[in-house]
Amino acid sequence: MILQYLDFERPIVDLENRLDQLKRLDDGTDKGVREEIGKLEKKIGKIRKEVFSNLTRWQVTQLARHPNRPYMLDYVNLLFKNFLELHGDRAFRDDPPVVCGFAELDGQKVLLIGQQKGRNTNEKIYRNFGMANPEGYRKALRMMKMAEKFNLPVVTFIDTPGAFPGIGAEERGQSEAIARNLLEMAHLKTPIVVAVIGEGGSGGALALGVGDEILMMEYAIYSVISPEGCASILWRDTAKAEVAAEMMKITAQDLKRFGVVDRIVPEPLGGAHRDHKAAADALKAALVEALYPLLHMPTAHLLERRYRKFREMGALKKKAGGAG
Amino acid sequence: MAIRLFRKKDEGDKRIKIPEGMWIKCDACLEIIYKPEVERNLNVCPKCVYHFRIPAMERIRTVTDEGTFDEFARELESVDPLNFSDTKKYVDRIKEAKKKTGRNEAVITGKARINGIDVVLAVLDFEFQGGSMGSVVGEKVALAAEAALESRFPLIIFSASGGARMQEGTLSLMQMAKTSAALARLSDARILFISVLTDPTTGGVAASFAMLGDVIISEPGALVGFAGPRVIEQTIKQKLPEGFQRAEFLLEHGMVDMIVERSRLKATLTQILRYLSSAGDR
Repeated sequence: MILQYLDFERPIVDLENRLDQLKRLDDGTDKGVREEIGKLEKKIGKIRKEVFSNLTRWQVTQLARHPNRPYMLDYVNLLFKNFLELHGDRAFRDDPPVVCGFAELDGQKVLLIGQQKGRNTNEKIYRNFGMANPEGYRKALRMMKMAEKFNLPVVTFIDTPGAFPGIGAEERGQSEAIARNLLEMAHLKTPIVVAVIGEGGSGGALALGVGDEILMMEYAIYSVISPEGCASILWRDTAKAEVAAEMMKITAQDLKRFGVVDRIVPEPLGGAHRDHKAAADALKAALVEALYPLLHMPTAHLLERRYRKFREMGALKKKAGGAG
Repeated sequence: MAIRLFRKKDEGDKRIKIPEGMWIKCDACLEIIYKPEVERNLNVCPKCVYHFRIPAMERIRTVTDEGTFDEFARELESVDPLNFSDTKKYVDRIKEAKKKTGRNEAVITGKARINGIDVVLAVLDFEFQGGSMGSVVGEKVALAAEAALESRFPLIIFSASGGARMQEGTLSLMQMAKTSAALARLSDARILFISVLTDPTTGGVAASFAMLGDVIISEPGALVGFAGPRVIEQTIKQKLPEGFQRAEFLLEHGMVDMIVERSRLKATLTQILRYLSSAGDR
């Protein structure tokens, strides 16, 4: 895998390259090289901490879209066992940006649904850059209904720039497909755990996002519109995306504060793309912790709890002295 | 007479433009028409049947029995959870919208009767911030669904909205889940929900409650869709076909049950209410 770097990662990467060179020189005899390596490692640690403790929301957005970031299928390999993929909406076609199947999470059988972006050009085209068509959402719904029927909990992974805006998507009812999932997920009689692993882009993300526990990776984003889209509408200038990202408050920390997200899954220092295995371990631990208490909850209680959760989201006031 | 459903005018101009004076120009057929005649005609062009956008109160007046509308949740108002400002502050935008419309928010909710049948109504107002759904719109639509659930009266929602309200960020996105969850309960209780789509119904409103009606009605020529035409054009780099995302296009593709002209709307709603009322006493 060729690693690609973001601008703000550059100083860290430069030092790491120097460290690699030194390590290659180090044959255990030169004390000077040893000392230098020690110093450099300390320095890298310090700079990385500095950079990553002061990330802007725009930098987090870039991390969430990092080309080396683990995608749904990476996590499938790293944290689930015996994955068995199922295809198609039984009505129109199989939509590759949405991947569904049976999987085992720490010995617990689940129905897994996730969005997949694609790593290289061919994959990206095949996965439509992670942008689902209506049939993708309808495939997901078919799987959820099956999970309900056979008493399997559902785990969903969100990672999409948004639902696909195309002629065919509109002809086949993109808005209806999304809306239907929101309604059906709200009363699906089996536990649902949602994890936002990368980009949570608008309605296309939420269409897999109604559940009992909402997890979000530390450097993922979740927003009503992309920063670029917001900037283009409100400022009529996509270059204002950085400002829009700040304004919309789209990070895991922001959304935990607003009650949209229940748990933040810590990423390895430097971001999930630096260590897929560590990211997968943290996500697995969080999924298990979130899912297990739900398995024993009576269904009526589970559904009431899910209803209240979304019912209470929002910020408003009652005008003083206003009549009912 | 040729029926022209689409405006010839610049797509960018989304406001209702009925200038002062007795004569106005129709947005669609560009004919000069007599204003009182248009108003008598429920704000539909007498020459080409173009449906002008109308404010929420006007809508309520035209579909309910006189004097039966009883508003609720009027006191709910938006706050500024993100401290948002673009070229203007969000709080100022809200202030302006209140002044312009004389309303607190972009939806009016209440109980009313339609030809003697009790219903719960939610009517979105495009004049207020483009009918966009923030926390208050989501809350009031959910309250309307809950009022319908409690009273077992059918719910009718009239949509007119550009979608979710960006200035409330992810909280506005979550209103899609909130309203849909409330409709799930209504559906489980087998209470009728009729969705009426008016020009325009797009984005997060289309992708939540507006497309979830047991029966979905659209006004002629209404723009209805998930993504805005401009976004689609930019993504696929093609010109969109004439009539794309209009009510007639949705009917053709099986996404709405019927297109009903404003003059027939009350009668059609009454008919559906009589077929599908779940209270068991009608």
